[in-house]
Amino acid sequence: MLEIKNLHVSAEGNEILRGIDLTVREGEVHAIMGPNGSGKTTLAQTLAGAESFTVTEGEILFRGRNLLELEQEERAGEGIFLSFQYPVEIPGVSNRYFIRTALNAIRKYRGEDEIGAMEFLGLLKEKAAVMQMDPELLTRSVNEGFSGGEKKRNEILQMAILDPKLAVLDETDSGLDIDALRVVAEGIVRQKRADNAFLLVTHYQRLLDYVVPDRIHVLSKGRIIRSGGKELAAELEKEGYAWIDAPASGAKG
Amino acid sequence: MSNVDPSVPTPDAGANAEIQDMADREYKYGFVSAIDSDVAPKGLSEDIVRLISSKKNEPDWMLAWRLQALERWRRMEEPRWAMVDYDPIDYQDIIYYAAPKKKKTLKSLDEVDPEIRATFEKLGISLDEQKRLSGVAVDAVLDSASVATTFQSTLAEAGVIFCSFGEAVQKHPDLVRRYMGSVVPAGDNYFAALNAAVFTDGSFVFVPKGVVCPLELSTYFRINTANTGQFERTLIVAEERAAVSYLEGCTAPRRDENQLHAAVVELVALDEAKIKYSTVQNWYPGDKDGKGGIYNFVTKRGHCRGRKSHISWTQVETGSAITWKYPGCVLQGDESVGEFYSVALTNNYQQADTGTKMIHVGKNTRSTIISKGISAGRGQNAYRGQVKVLAGATGARNFSQCDSLLLGDRCGAHTFPYLDVGEPTAQVEHEASTSKVGEDQLFYCRQWGISTEDAVSMIVNGFCKEVFKELPMEFAVEAQKLLGISLEGTVG
Repeated sequence: MLEIKNLHVSAEGNEILRGIDLTVREGEVHAIMGPNGSGKTTLAQTLAGAESFTVTEGEILFRGRNLLELEQEERAGEGIFLSFQYPVEIPGVSNRYFIRTALNAIRKYRGEDEIGAMEFLGLLKEKAAVMQMDPELLTRSVNEGFSGGEKKRNEILQMAILDPKLAVLDETDSGLDIDALRVVAEGIVRQKRADNAFLLVTHYQRLLDYVVPDRIHVLSKGRIIRSGGKELAAELEKEGYAWIDAPASGAKG
Repeated sequence: MSNVDPSVPTPDAGANAEIQDMADREYKYGFVSAIDSDVAPKGLSEDIVRLISSKKNEPDWMLAWRLQALERWRRMEEPRWAMVDYDPIDYQDIIYYAAPKKKKTLKSLDEVDPEIRATFEKLGISLDEQKRLSGVAVDAVLDSASVATTFQSTLAEAGVIFCSFGEAVQKHPDLVRRYMGSVVPAGDNYFAALNAAVFTDGSFVFVPKGVVCPLELSTYFRINTANTGQFERTLIVAEERAAVSYLEGCTAPRRDENQLHAAVVELVALDEAKIKYSTVQNWYPGDKDGKGGIYNFVTKRGHCRGRKSHISWTQVETGSAITWKYPGCVLQGDESVGEFYSVALTNNYQQADTGTKMIHVGKNTRSTIISKGISAGRGQNAYRGQVKVLAGATGARNFSQCDSLLLGDRCGAHTFPYLDVGEPTAQVEHEASTSKVGEDQLFYCRQWGISTEDAVSMIVNGFCKEVFKELPMEFAVEAQKLLGISLEGTVG
């Protein structure tokens, strides 16, 4: 589904990603881990098309299409979603309205009919209940006055409704208490199907206790220096990232 | 807030490259009618004032009023305290009278000059439309003369007088004389004095006791000839227990020279009367380099003269190079209510110093102010509001909310509230907020599938919701579209 080949990305003249190779197949869950500054968020945002990052080399194919040719909205239409590390507030625009607008924009891109008001409300209620979200939050402005946990749940809720092919979740677990983490994780697991995929960017292993990854990649100074199965997470949690910079690993930036 | 001097270009901020000055956009109403105009020579003098008065066949008292105003104006000094920057106006370099030549007296729509008709159709005001079915009477004003007033008979049945100001001076001189200048006297300010001397036309509305006007009244203005100052004067009077809703919408063609618009609007509401005055203003704002555009220096004031009277101003201002106006209310009658709902947009090099004045005089009066300023491009938007509660205005209550939205990082929003409370039992509340539509918000929307234009539109509409819902239905739709068009190209 996703093929990244030799991706080099810069921001403001500094190279951040220095040759990333990554393949994600349908039905898979991949985790990207690594110390601060390794480029995890850069990778996530580049997939979504953030304009502050420039791709200087390499290619990204998404379901056979050259992703780099597509605008941000088009990538969303094709089925890529990015859940932000710091979800943005949009005062004056209710959550309900926002989600519905996004859903209709994507449907339009795909040549589908827009969703009717009643149908949408039903869908929204259903998914909100699953996320254990107070329906009142949905009438409030997007992310306005939301706690960190509520913002993340809102992101997952939006994802559940928009049903992407590839969900890129950037530090979804940061700032969550245990219960919220479980709800978010369960929301992700419930989304998981044979025809979609997940890319989880995370610092900590605990999310991966609930959402078991098929592959884990460790990013350091813009390169994937190690990949492994789910056991890698436990190892990292135990050892930390210090070993990454050790000369023996040959991964000097 | 930003201290950007609009005449000095600032270097591009790379990080905000997505939010930039507009792409080329043809001003939708940019065209000129090739209509025969009866045009006065440039300049302002006693002779010109006499010319205007005689062209309009005015009675002596009207001419005297004008001449007194001219005298007053000559002794006054042009105010420069507003937060707007403009080249000095040469008042002698303006034409103060231009009227399309009428070929014959018009009795019905069929007799309207076809050229003029075509102009109106381009503006989207088709006199052929079934305005009556949708409940709107239209008084179309081209330049400084009224052309056709429709649906007089429906209104006449209800006893409502709705005609051009000029016609009112002829047909209802007593009413005009009684109320004109009682809310905005000639000496009120520099531009009001100018208007009082040289006003050519506008609307006159009179709703007698107990009558609820059956139609929403509407008027359109348009400046046609180059260097023509637009000096409209409108007077609306609602007698005891009367009610009326009036819509004012303006358009103007593209011009290279700045055009001065110094209108005066007076509203008078007697006991338990209600006047709702809505404006959607779309005058030529100047091109993307800030050249040309209308100067909109307007004095609008409502007098809640009677007990429990109610005046509400609702405006959506997206045009003009410079907007300088403070529609306000004098709340004299006990328990009277004044309201002000406004959305003001400044883009490119537009400047606005606008707001309201609420003067609480009577007892238990109430005022509400909701002002939404949107700045984009290098626009500068200043809200200036005065809430004045006189001693003795017991139980006065005011609520003000001033919100600013900044699109991009080269525009400015400024707020100057003046709260002058001389009465200990008064309650005055003021809230203000400033927010910005940033690249991160747009990115957020876009990668959820929403295009940049839709995202900006959504955000801006959310911001303006409270004001839009005060507008009469068809105006609300037009206002939303107008905002969308005005913001096209400000981002992405």
